[in-house]
Amino acid sequence: MSATNGTPLLEVRDISKYFGNVIALKDVSTVVNAGQVTCVLGDNGAGKSTFIKILSGVHEHSEGELLVEGEPTRFSSPRDAKEAGIATVFQDLATVPLMAIWRNFFLGSEPMTGSGPLRRIDIREAKRVMREEMAKMGIDVRDPDQMVGTLSGGERQAVAIARAVYFGAKMLILDEPTSALGVKQSGVVLRYIVQARNRGLGVIFITHNPHHAYPVGDRFVVLNRGKMLGAWDKGAISRDELVKMMAGGAELEQLTHELERVTT
Amino acid sequence: MSTTLQPTSEPPPTAVDERLAKVSFLTKLLQRPELGAMIGAGVVLIFFAVTADRFASLSGIARWTDVASTLGIMAVAVALLMIGGEFDLSAGVMTGSCGLLMGILATEVGMNIWFAILLTFVFAAGIGFMNGYMVVRTGLPSFIVTLATFFILQGVNLGGTKAITDTVRVAGLRDAAGFESAQKIFASDFWAPHNFRISVVWWIVITALATWVLSRTRVGNWIFGVGGDKIAARNVGVPVSRVKIGLFMLTSMAAALVGTMIALRLGSIQAGQGVGEEFNYIIAAVAGGCLLTGGFGSAIGAAMGALIIGMTFIGIQFSGWNTDWRFLFLGVILFAAVLVNTYVRRRAEGARS
Repeated sequence: MSATNGTPLLEVRDISKYFGNVIALKDVSTVVNAGQVTCVLGDNGAGKSTFIKILSGVHEHSEGELLVEGEPTRFSSPRDAKEAGIATVFQDLATVPLMAIWRNFFLGSEPMTGSGPLRRIDIREAKRVMREEMAKMGIDVRDPDQMVGTLSGGERQAVAIARAVYFGAKMLILDEPTSALGVKQSGVVLRYIVQARNRGLGVIFITHNPHHAYPVGDRFVVLNRGKMLGAWDKGAISRDELVKMMAGGAELEQLTHELERVTT
Repeated sequence: MSTTLQPTSEPPPTAVDERLAKVSFLTKLLQRPELGAMIGAGVVLIFFAVTADRFASLSGIARWTDVASTLGIMAVAVALLMIGGEFDLSAGVMTGSCGLLMGILATEVGMNIWFAILLTFVFAAGIGFMNGYMVVRTGLPSFIVTLATFFILQGVNLGGTKAITDTVRVAGLRDAAGFESAQKIFASDFWAPHNFRISVVWWIVITALATWVLSRTRVGNWIFGVGGDKIAARNVGVPVSRVKIGLFMLTSMAAALVGTMIALRLGSIQAGQGVGEEFNYIIAAVAGGCLLTGGFGSAIGAAMGALIIGMTFIGIQFSGWNTDWRFLFLGVILFAAVLVNTYVRRRAEGARS
């Protein structure tokens, strides 16, 4: 998978972040194209969250370049990132469980109708749009008044993704969307990622699970202890190599040998 | 954009196995926060209609709607605040503070009643703002912040009243300019000979308005969001602090309205007015389906909760029992309501995986 024609949606060049004398992230580079999934992999403490916090505007980067559609940019607040069309779906902080699906979908950006004291939420429109957008994700919402808390973990991710897409995100950052989910639910979320990609969005998929990343990713960036171990296009790396890379290669092999000795 | 080389094809939407379960009518009904309070109100009504003969007569209804009305106005405001995820323990004593302030401005200072009422509302908005600002700014539980406000106001009410009037009450409002017209609006009767209180009309209008705001307006959506998950709400651009401070101001201003009503009804007000009432408001709101954890509840439910308490107070009186028993009833109502709410919430949240 090579890059699409034109400039990438987002490009980072040798980006670094220091907190005092702690190097949280050092010289990370990658690109995110429209209609492609860039996976960022790494174990705990690898710098994944620092990386997405830079991209979503929570932290400003210390060094390096951040280019949005070719333009050098600095995000000084999450709002900046949002205005640049970058939507971040945080794992647990995306939806309000005790609110109806349609209320969640439009929370903070409610469609209005009427004027003066009768100005009110256009509930019919809100429900219609929500059902339509969810249908695009492959979910048939029968009751828009159903509370989000009654949805499965995967479906709740879908609500957050559908919402981000509807409100004009060009790029989606998904923070460990599968880490708290079971095998089947993870599969559902991976399908949403593919759907978002097919609709032309650039996706950054943060995960520590190479088995989740490999089937959907077009490009893989592996982080370890704040540094980039490498970046590969899909054709350039096999699943096994990716798994090895994630676990620190040699360490995993040694572990495999040890376990073999224990079991036999 | 070249999308021809995609390895996985999009599955047809209908083939997705993760579909939403069909929601039964019962589950939908249980999702209504006010359901429990409506059933409870029906039970209490029938109980006292049978045990006390004057209870279901028009003059009987006028009595218990009177009690329920001022309680209900506060309960609705407190419910909105609770849905927004906060408490106000100073709401009860605040009715006293506002009534006393209004009385002192009208009698000792000699202001026109209407101007005194206006200043009282400004004062209430200020106290509400302080409560809200302290909660939002310090991140302390509103329980603690408003408990402090409660004691401060109680001290000022008692000490201030004594210092200014040398008694424990502010009296003589009837002689103030504008009393007649203000009493007509805030504290008159209608429908003789049963004498329903005008406060009942205020109560119904305020409940209807609050219901409209909660279910139909943007602010209503924000109140649920802020109480349900503050961080999620902030992430999607809801002005969390402003919503919370606004709700504290609303609660204090409801207290100003009720304090004004009480002072104008009798033409005088006691320094100890309203102390302990805050628990009745909270009980009414909880009986009406508000969760103590926020994010869930309704204005109609809180109004119903107030109705239950009003009926209980008057019903006990009409039945000829010692009125001290009402506290036992309140305790039982609160406990039953919390049990029902917990159950309803579990049902509503369903099986989350």
